[in-house]
Amino acid sequence: MIPMLKRIFRTGILTEPLPEGAATPAAELDRLQDEIVRILGRALTIREVDAGSCNGCELEIHALNNPYYNLEGRGIKFVASPRHADMLLVTGPVTKNMENALRIAYDCTPDPKLVVAVGDCGCGCGVAGELSGPNYASCGAIENVVPVDVRVPGCPPTPLALLQGILAAVRR
Amino acid sequence: MKLLDEAIEFTSQPGVGAPVWRGHAEDGIELHAFAAAVRRADGRMAAIWGEDRRPHGAGFRLHCVFGLNEGHAWVSLDLPAANPVYPDLADVFSAANRMQRATRDMVGIATAGGDQRPWLRHGAWPADWYPLRHDAGPGEGFPNAPSDYDFVRVGGEGAHEIPVGPIHAGIIEPGHFRFSVIGEKVLRLEQRLGYQHKGVERRFIGMDVAQGARLVGRISGDSTCAYAWAYAVAVESAAGIEVPQRALALRALMLERERIANHLGDLGALGNDAALAFGLTQFMRLKEDWLRMSDRLFGHRFMMDRIVPGGVTTDLDAAALAEMVEQCDTIGRDVKELRAIYDEHPGLQDRFLTTGAIDADLARELSLSGMGARATGMLLDGRAWRQGYEPPAPYKALGVRPITDDRGDVAARVAVRFGEIFESLRLLRALAVGLPTGPVRVDCAPTAGSGLGVVEGWRGEVLVGVELGADGRIARCHPHDPSWQAWPALEHAVMKDIVPDFPLINKSFNLSYTGADL
Ligand code: SF4
Repeated sequence: MIPMLKRIFRTGILTEPLPEGAATPAAELDRLQDEIVRILGRALTIREVDAGSCNGCELEIHALNNPYYNLEGRGIKFVASPRHADMLLVTGPVTKNMENALRIAYDCTPDPKLVVAVGDCGCGCGVAGELSGPNYASCGAIENVVPVDVRVPGCPPTPLALLQGILAAVRR
Repeated sequence: MKLLDEAIEFTSQPGVGAPVWRGHAEDGIELHAFAAAVRRADGRMAAIWGEDRRPHGAGFRLHCVFGLNEGHAWVSLDLPAANPVYPDLADVFSAANRMQRATRDMVGIATAGGDQRPWLRHGAWPADWYPLRHDAGPGEGFPNAPSDYDFVRVGGEGAHEIPVGPIHAGIIEPGHFRFSVIGEKVLRLEQRLGYQHKGVERRFIGMDVAQGARLVGRISGDSTCAYAWAYAVAVESAAGIEVPQRALALRALMLERERIANHLGDLGALGNDAALAFGLTQFMRLKEDWLRMSDRLFGHRFMMDRIVPGGVTTDLDAAALAEMVEQCDTIGRDVKELRAIYDEHPGLQDRFLTTGAIDADLARELSLSGMGARATGMLLDGRAWRQGYEPPAPYKALGVRPITDDRGDVAARVAVRFGEIFESLRLLRALAVGLPTGPVRVDCAPTAGSGLGVVEGWRGEVLVGVELGADGRIARCHPHDPSWQAWPALEHAVMKDIVPDFPLINKSFNLSYTGADL
């Protein structure tokens, strides 16, 4: 226990300010959290759906929960069921073998819901988007299967870009 | 030359990659006999894929790669256009089962007998349409019909099934797990994968080698360097190109950085799955520091598109290397401290020890490679010398120490991951100090030919087979992920454990869905 406590103490708080344009200083962060509460009446919950990614996008979505980005500390939480979610964070391309599952997850998410398409594959742009367009096994971009509110391009998008995208969706 | 005293005649593949011998079986009987000899010699079934050669006036071709102690034997077998059938190899190597079924779904060449259930084909295209046949057409517009899958039923009083997925509870790739349980005890797990199948192999056909490099780096994002390197070796061997020594060293440097990044993330997640959130926070922090350094050094957090046929795209100067070595020292100290905390945490050890165990006999039977195999005590690491095997450059000069642990459980996989972080940190320092001078890239003008690249990725052995046409474009490319062999190992590892331990056991392997679904 002692080494653990020592380490926690020495590590300190690493959380960084939110990115430019989304919110920088603490005041802006407070405003944003207020906004989330006002719009949603509570913290934001996200269901992540991998509809056919190369798992690179997932690595960066995982990183959102590291202490530098501290997503949960900002009142944004990943949940296990789409029924508990305000937002679907979807990576792609959408494979034909996942098309039905993605539609079901979308239908199970209560209204009003937000959909954020993640990555060049999910948005159908850039090099990766070109490499993953529709074919016999793939529907291509997320928007070809479910309506999308916000797109976060990148291959994979950095955690900062993801954070910005999630906040942009909430602002809508 | 002959291998294992079998009939097939082999020649050695040129180039500086891991040793590969190529041979051609006269018929299915010869292939089956060779497979049996490999099995007797404790070798492995490394990969299987098929190819449509009818445009060349031939029939179909089956490719089988076997892992031998000395290196890899790549055996091809020609099959007639009319009735392309070959003997089932799954009676020798159970690992062949899913690969053979995928080969049938993709190219339409099938085994005589054996398991005929589809694997990658769910319901998105008809059973008599094969995406990798040249006359297949675009294949768009098929109805996407939901399909049933013939899971093996477990009977008996009180036995019931728990279906999980394809969408799982966490932030993870899709796949379906069918547990047969009595109470909380797992009697059997059967996986149904293929949800990540996005037609990657079909996309390769007709690409130029530069495009192919970008696609191969996006097959499994967590192993982008391993794939890009294996692909580069295959293309360079086909084109007869020699890569500068400095490029080889920089490739190894990226591969070891990739290994450490994944082990750091998984060690954190393993702590978390055993209810130690402290571990997740600490390791995710180290991983973030690590990825930021990769970004500073190579301009990308996962170093995508940095390894290309002909060399690497990014060079490092002395200042960058010094910065990297300094970070190796601090991260090494932190990981050492965290290892002590993990080792001495009774709650954590209670969850890790004896959970999800497999033994070396099973690992051999399943043709398992990589970290999972070494965690059963097997001395199998493509980067390390062993009797009769010479590792490829630059590893042969580095004296890589393979990390093993013979317990075979979650604790062993945790221990191997810790050990591999320290060993890779040592390799990074050695590579930085001894980095050869000279260029990092040469021109890679492709010519017709074929090659196979084998790279020891963080999970295990990544293979890429490439065939270039007369126009220098890709006629066929088959990437093979070590997860093919490791998924069945996971099925065995959860047996007799309890359902709530599944996430922990699963994480200890952390297999790629996309790498095997393609
Ligand atoms: S955008 Fe890039 S990282 Fe994300 S799934 Fe596509 S290829 Fe992978």
